[in-house]
Amino acid sequence: MSEELLKLEKLAVFHGSFQALWDVSLVVRSREIVALIGANTSGKSTLLDTISGFLHPSKGTIEFQGKDISGMDPFKIVDIGITQVPEGRRIFPDLNVLENLILGSYNRRARGEREKNLERVYTLFPLLKSRKNQQARTLSGGEQQMMVIGRGLMSSPKLMLLDEMSLGLAPVVLGELYKALREIRERGITILFVEQNVRQSLQEAERAYVMESGRVVLGGDVAELREEEKIRKAYFGV
Amino acid sequence: MIDLISTIIMGFLLGGLYALIALGLSLVFGVMRLINVAHGDIVVLGSYLGYAAMTILGMDPILSLFFGIPLMFALGLGIQKFFLNRAFKVSMEAPLIIAFGLSIILQNIYQIIWSPMSRGLTTSYALKSFNIGEIYFPLVYILDFSIALVVMIFLREFLRRSYMGRAINAASQDRKAAQLMGINTDRVFAFTFAIAMALAGVAGICFGLTFPFVPTSGMSFLIIAFGVIVLGGLGSILGTFIGGIVFGLTQTLGSYFFGVNAQLLVAYLMVLVVLSIRPQGIFGRQG
Ligand SMILES: Nc1ncnc2c1ncn2[C@@H]1O[C@H](COP(=O)(O)OP(=O)(O)OP(=O)(O)O)[C@@H](O)[C@H]1O
Ligand SMILES: [Mg+2]
Repeated sequence: MSEELLKLEKLAVFHGSFQALWDVSLVVRSREIVALIGANTSGKSTLLDTISGFLHPSKGTIEFQGKDISGMDPFKIVDIGITQVPEGRRIFPDLNVLENLILGSYNRRARGEREKNLERVYTLFPLLKSRKNQQARTLSGGEQQMMVIGRGLMSSPKLMLLDEMSLGLAPVVLGELYKALREIRERGITILFVEQNVRQSLQEAERAYVMESGRVVLGGDVAELREEEKIRKAYFGV
Repeated sequence: MIDLISTIIMGFLLGGLYALIALGLSLVFGVMRLINVAHGDIVVLGSYLGYAAMTILGMDPILSLFFGIPLMFALGLGIQKFFLNRAFKVSMEAPLIIAFGLSIILQNIYQIIWSPMSRGLTTSYALKSFNIGEIYFPLVYILDFSIALVVMIFLREFLRRSYMGRAINAASQDRKAAQLMGINTDRVFAFTFAIAMALAGVAGICFGLTFPFVPTSGMSFLIIAFGVIVLGGLGSILGTFIGGIVFGLTQTLGSYFFGVNAQLLVAYLMVLVVLSIRPQGIFGRQG
């Protein structure tokens, strides 16, 4: 079994006085693709934002490569190698594709690797190279999603968090994106992605966690999870 | 006819000064969504610092900017770091209240140190005039306009090319996305406020060279700056520049046709008209 890259232990997280995460524990190992599945408002984005440093847990610990990172600011989290591709994509609409990608390499560690990373992003998504001077707001949804994944890669990450990249995209486009995720993993980057679609997530990931009302209720290899009674009941209705 | 032409040229040149006064307010609002109600008083701080350099050290007001700009910049960093960044974490209203407080404190400091009397940065060149054919206008207007132009080009290039400039631009478009890029937005805010203060410092010197000022002049600067921003639209330097010129032209033409007392009224009627036709400003983006 390979090294534990990210380890969350018994996290409690609040939005103001509302408790959004209860006793959440999970592990992501190096070079894994892990899915985090759950219905609306189950707390998936809250969990990713906690890892990214936008929210700080009031209880529990977050370890990355063996170090506690639970009090760090978001920009520091990027510096140590965790990038998040956020829900809703959050492009910089007034900048062109290349400028969006370049902003991804803003952190000190990635500045020196900019040219190398840019080549890699263009190899992964050749379309971005041909559109590099196009204004980001004029890209289609799928193209925007490629751009923000590329933007995340520009930061030289060790771990990439993806929040509902499938939102509003056609199955064909989504298939391409998942193929890209596998290639990203081949380069040694670990992936934790959030989705609502159980069937597809179990297909694309190696392990998965299931969230329900702010708690992790299930976790394990996808093969085991497919057999799991609870998942079937909740999502397949059988 | 000659009178009308010189009125138009004066309005145009004056517009550069107005744009310079508005620049800092526009930048701070664009990046931090804060209406810095102390902006006008900070411009006056620039004027008084120039006045102090002139009367105490015998320094030329424009040359005093070599010290004035770093000083204003440092003050801006301090104010943002110790007051505003903390206030931003409390609520959206807290920084606004701090800005109000700052405005009142500054006005009172000016009263105590420099008295309510009207002051000016009177230099030998400020009184000279300049002519093209039969049209005469004050040299200092051309000086103001040139300084405004240089400052705006400089700011534009800084925002486009430097790391900090790009970070400022990113944070103004989407703060959370900027943080996801590894940008320290507290630092970006501090730099933005510091740059705005330095810009206000330059504006204060230019204004002081051209017109007299009193401790409460800040209020009228703030009102002019609002007008300019509304005309030009937020979020672009070019827009602020055009807004300043439209405001300046409207004011001088208003004075030419309707008398001196009507000049600001005409300028603000113009603001209202533009607002009703193009609510995003002449150069502002849609939506
Ligand atoms: N800023 C906030 N302030 C207060 N409550 C919030 C905030 N953000 C999220 N919540 C609440 O926290 C809970 C979890 O929200 P979260 O966005 O993490 O869910 P999610 O699983 O990502 O949902 P979705 O699939 O719709 O994106 C919800 O009940 C939500 O209302
Ligand atoms: Mg979500």
